[in-house]
Amino acid sequence: MIRTLHERLMNKETTAVELAESYLSRIAERDGDIGAFLTVIADEARHAAAFVDQRIARGEKIGLLEGIPGAIKDNMCLTGTRTTAGSKMLDSYIAPYDATAVSRLREAGAVILGKTNMDEFAMGSSTESSAYRQTKNPVDPTRVPGGSSGGSAAAVADDMAVFALGSDTGGSIRQPASFCGVVGLKPTYGRVSRYGLIGMASSLDQIGPFAKSVEDVSIVFSEIYGYDSADVTTAESEGKRFEDFLSGDIRGLRIGIPKEYLSGGLDERIRTVFDGSVEKLRSLGAEIKEISLPHSKYALPTYYIIMPSEVSSNLARFDGIRYGMSVEDHEQRFSGSDTLLETYLDTRGYGFGDEVRRRIMLGTYALSAGYYDAYYKRAQEVRKLIRRDFDVALREVDVIFSPTAPEPAFRFGSKTDDPISMYLSDIYTVTANLAGVPAVSIPIGTISDEGTDLPVGGQLMARWFDEETMLRAADALERSIRFMNPSQTSSR
Amino acid sequence: MLTREEVEHIALLARIGLTDTEVEKYRKDLSGVLDFFHELEELDLSGESEGDVVPVKENDTREDRVVEFGGIGREDILKRVPSKKDGFIRVRSVF
Repeated sequence: MIRTLHERLMNKETTAVELAESYLSRIAERDGDIGAFLTVIADEARHAAAFVDQRIARGEKIGLLEGIPGAIKDNMCLTGTRTTAGSKMLDSYIAPYDATAVSRLREAGAVILGKTNMDEFAMGSSTESSAYRQTKNPVDPTRVPGGSSGGSAAAVADDMAVFALGSDTGGSIRQPASFCGVVGLKPTYGRVSRYGLIGMASSLDQIGPFAKSVEDVSIVFSEIYGYDSADVTTAESEGKRFEDFLSGDIRGLRIGIPKEYLSGGLDERIRTVFDGSVEKLRSLGAEIKEISLPHSKYALPTYYIIMPSEVSSNLARFDGIRYGMSVEDHEQRFSGSDTLLETYLDTRGYGFGDEVRRRIMLGTYALSAGYYDAYYKRAQEVRKLIRRDFDVALREVDVIFSPTAPEPAFRFGSKTDDPISMYLSDIYTVTANLAGVPAVSIPIGTISDEGTDLPVGGQLMARWFDEETMLRAADALERSIRFMNPSQTSSR
Repeated sequence: MLTREEVEHIALLARIGLTDTEVEKYRKDLSGVLDFFHELEELDLSGESEGDVVPVKENDTREDRVVEFGGIGREDILKRVPSKKDGFIRVRSVF
């Protein structure tokens, strides 16, 4: 889609301003129902688009992403724009600088339309923990869009943005992509700078794009990845353009199917769709092998120790003193005194929502004296075993293929009272974050549920920094699915 | 199940003010998640060392020098401070 829009801009069949206006009207028309955006920056978008039009008018050569409208998850800083991370804690916070991923998009000429809704501080799998609004799944408005990047997924699915950035700590890009029927990429740990991303769990967090095709996410990814002195985990850029590797040819590619992912809580209808995709990969010439990731069953408990521990440390910065919300509650005295401690207790007690408080306390407990060895240290050791599972498996195969989530989009409120059932939604996605490997979710079909066709996502994972092989396989599968079901190819 | 005192202790360490009803709620919630962690106890990890899980590059040090804030000046930062006086951040007394 990006390539088509780019050609239309170059051939002067449309202008960047017209394109921006069409997306802004779509937002005005649809977002009251969907609730994907928290902030729309219409004037800035028009201004950025007009600049691209001037370049085209002068006959300058423009890049693939120039003039293309996109959206940003609200946990990434955008200069001069409200950045809440879905929390009351940052209700009035105006970012003083751009996140690196955002500034790279701007340098590439992308037109930023606004900031998207999310679970509070990216903690959740349904976007229901946002302090601001519900985001509805465009496929079925009685269902959640997934989370935590639910606003970004819904914006792309409902054609309110060509692409969107999200962040993925345990599946927060891939699971909503699966629920909304779009493509979502979590790059290798260290690929994309997190400078300006409001950190959740720093050994797991990674920024990545959503779009409607593998080619489109590859184009966006090519613009945002690479070394940044402001994030020491970032790897050198190799100057690769990932869209150049999408040859459609996967003959001889070794694709592993992890047997541990196909048992237990997997919805049988998803299993059937998934098996169909395995056959498509085989018919495209890939060599399909059953593999084992033996420590998979430990991934979720491991994740739910490491992530909250890092959360409790990262969110310590919200103290009501330097920026963000500050509460002085004269009715309730938590500490029994009028000291600095009271400022902390009031601010954090009122500013954070339920799930955030739960995770901060879990992490605080796991790191506290006497429990560190039993929880955090043990989880770090298990994490290494999980990583080793991937290292071993990825010597035998080039790519790993699994369902993205064990279930399709669920209904609002169905999991909010039971944290563990919500956590289980990420059972197939957390492993990639624990192991650091890249992973992408693409729509592989639909299942019928109470009269609605709900999207099903398939997840491909690969070796560290080998997004090119993973995206090539994803693109080949996507083409073969579209060839079989041309109606699923939506484009405006 | 965690006791009330344990939850109150964790909440104080985390600097989160909780009402009595909330303490009860989190007793239940946190205990549920902690039970879920017990699965990890069945693994024999005697041969494992803590070490780095994520292969991080060698420490990437930069020159220690002052970088001017440019657009993000003192004023800009102070604008975001909830309570201030005479160009300083104002806080309640520690004791």
